[in-house]
Amino acid sequence: MNTPRSSPAPIRVLIDPVTRIEGHAKISIFLDDAGNVADAKFHVVEFRGFEKFCEGRPMWEMPSLTPRVCGICPVSHLLASAKACDAILAVRIPAAAEKLRRLMNLAQIVQSHALSFFHLSAPDFLLGWDRPAAERNLFGLAHADPELARGGIRLRQFGQEIIAALGGRKIHPAWAVPGGVREPLTPAARQPLEAKLPEALAIAQAALQRFREVLTQHRREIQVFGNFPSLFLGLSRPDGLWEHYDGTLRFVDAGGNVLADDLDPARYQDVIAEAVEPGSYLKSPYYKPLGYPDGLYRVGPLARLNVCRRMGSPLADAELDRFRRFGHGAVTSSFLYHYARLIEILASLERIRELLGDPELTSPRLRADAGINKLEGVGASEAPRGTLFHHYHVDEQGLLQRVNLIIATGQNNLAMNRTVAQIARHYIQGASQRIPEPLLNRVEAGIRAYDPCLSCSTHAAGQMPLQLTLFAPSGAVLDQVASS
Amino acid sequence: MAAKTLTIDGQLVSAEENQTLLEAARDAQIPIPTLCHLDGVMDVGACRMCLVEIVGTPKLLPACVTKVQEGLEVRTNSERLQRYRRLLLELLFAERNHVCAVCVSNGHCELQDLATQHGMDHVRYAYQAPNLGVDLSHRLYGLDHNRCVLCTRCVRVCWYIEGAGTLNLAGRGTGSMIITDLNQPWADSDTCTACGKCVQACPTGALFYKGATVAEMERDRQKLEYIVTAREKKQWNV
Repeated sequence: MNTPRSSPAPIRVLIDPVTRIEGHAKISIFLDDAGNVADAKFHVVEFRGFEKFCEGRPMWEMPSLTPRVCGICPVSHLLASAKACDAILAVRIPAAAEKLRRLMNLAQIVQSHALSFFHLSAPDFLLGWDRPAAERNLFGLAHADPELARGGIRLRQFGQEIIAALGGRKIHPAWAVPGGVREPLTPAARQPLEAKLPEALAIAQAALQRFREVLTQHRREIQVFGNFPSLFLGLSRPDGLWEHYDGTLRFVDAGGNVLADDLDPARYQDVIAEAVEPGSYLKSPYYKPLGYPDGLYRVGPLARLNVCRRMGSPLADAELDRFRRFGHGAVTSSFLYHYARLIEILASLERIRELLGDPELTSPRLRADAGINKLEGVGASEAPRGTLFHHYHVDEQGLLQRVNLIIATGQNNLAMNRTVAQIARHYIQGASQRIPEPLLNRVEAGIRAYDPCLSCSTHAAGQMPLQLTLFAPSGAVLDQVASS
Repeated sequence: MAAKTLTIDGQLVSAEENQTLLEAARDAQIPIPTLCHLDGVMDVGACRMCLVEIVGTPKLLPACVTKVQEGLEVRTNSERLQRYRRLLLELLFAERNHVCAVCVSNGHCELQDLATQHGMDHVRYAYQAPNLGVDLSHRLYGLDHNRCVLCTRCVRVCWYIEGAGTLNLAGRGTGSMIITDLNQPWADSDTCTACGKCVQACPTGALFYKGATVAEMERDRQKLEYIVTAREKKQWNV
């Protein structure tokens, strides 16, 4: 930590870089004259321009071009992109193809959530917030609790193996295509997956039990890590069960009341607008009817569990009941994203079990063939981090004219800002010239609860540790720390 | 026909007098890398991948268009040649946009194979990143100029196998482009018979079947040689 600089006036705290997230970011905390937190900003400092350089490319390349935005959740982009292309072809994809796409998305949710929970976040709350950063990581976790760490790795591996069994590779499979998918699941590939499922389920259940135990020691985190009323957005289906691939848009408020329902994802622009804030390449989408920034909404595991009526599978539903005790209507603490993530892993595994038993998965009828039948298409699906939109305009030949990607992490941008401010207010109270020791860890963990993927959301390159800077009202930098 | 005897890479080789060095070497199982060569159509020596050294000659010569001669001593794989071939490949990659990971021909591309074989793990020249456009106007096929290496294989099969004369080369140097008829959209071509031979001939992802997604373009190039052989040997005459 730097030596504090003398300043008569208040302060801005800059955390740069933020660690154990996917991407590169920094955080600024602005103090008022009394030394209390006036505001906080989460800046995403990288820019990639995916939307621009896709222009002019043939539409058929998009399901493989857009996943290159990220190696963590390429499947989400693959599916949203393929769905946008389906819309342009104006086809309904074969039933087997939809089931196979669903299977891959569930596998993606399992592997990405396992990475977020076990590899990135669990070291914070299982090892202790103030444990040295050199120990507060997956290796520290493997030392303290080898079984849990190994389980996390195995769970992620299971998800990756399903993706590889379908798409031929774990990362960036070119498998979902406009009109369907390329390959079925072969009976030979299905059998080993079925054999590994019981272990995966046992790991998820053990992790849930462990998390419930530690939750009792984290009442303060539940209170201050992004605990505020907001809207929640997710895909929903007519029966109200947890949805991850298709369906219509539903917004619920902090009381769990449905604010808007049955919205066609293709008309997302009627309800979602994007604001651009100076200082960040990450845009800030908001719910249009409530305006900016009141239309703040959250997406991702917490939102999906708030939006759905039930999970639709017995183990996950039993867990959902316990989860809902943390809220009145909706669960509003972002710390509980972790809990929601574990429940989604469980639900995904249960649905994978169901799907693997479906004989249609080996069907050879997988791809609808068509030309350009519409000049515009929107594909929406639930990525691990939240609702993902791909919106394409093409010319008569199928060449991309305009691309708009609305990424889950972007939609959580306003909520992440508010979370940082809430945590900072709790830890900086009165006439501080320095960044208090516990703040950096807590602020980072607060951001990590959202499992942000900045490479996706800025459509960014490079490494991504977090930098935190404390600013005086005059704009003078009072203190600056970087996590390593 | 008189036979010629020459030495290729220290190996005594006997060849027919009209054969090229490339043909003689391949008959003797001596590999020489090529890119613009396509079995069944005439060679033009455009890509320079098949350059060889001939003892006593200061110039490097393209094996595909150099005829065998009695007593030649040819080296096909010296350190200098390897260096030049790699350099040629780097220049090809720098000239246009060859992004294998998202290309329809990924895994089935002759340019990619050559780069792998020659250990081209990076490119030392500035990528030109031109924006050359894609012609998807044809009912069946697409032409992505960004992936074209100007080997003219498509032009040659169009003129000399199909006899349509649709495809041609316009411009000079790095400004050269493959065009259809009088540089008009492919769909407006009066001469194209939609035979698809150009797509079979293309070594990269420049020509492809419309609707092909990443890594899906596999080609059957032997079909072109089969057509030519059957025609020349009059196998189709009844």
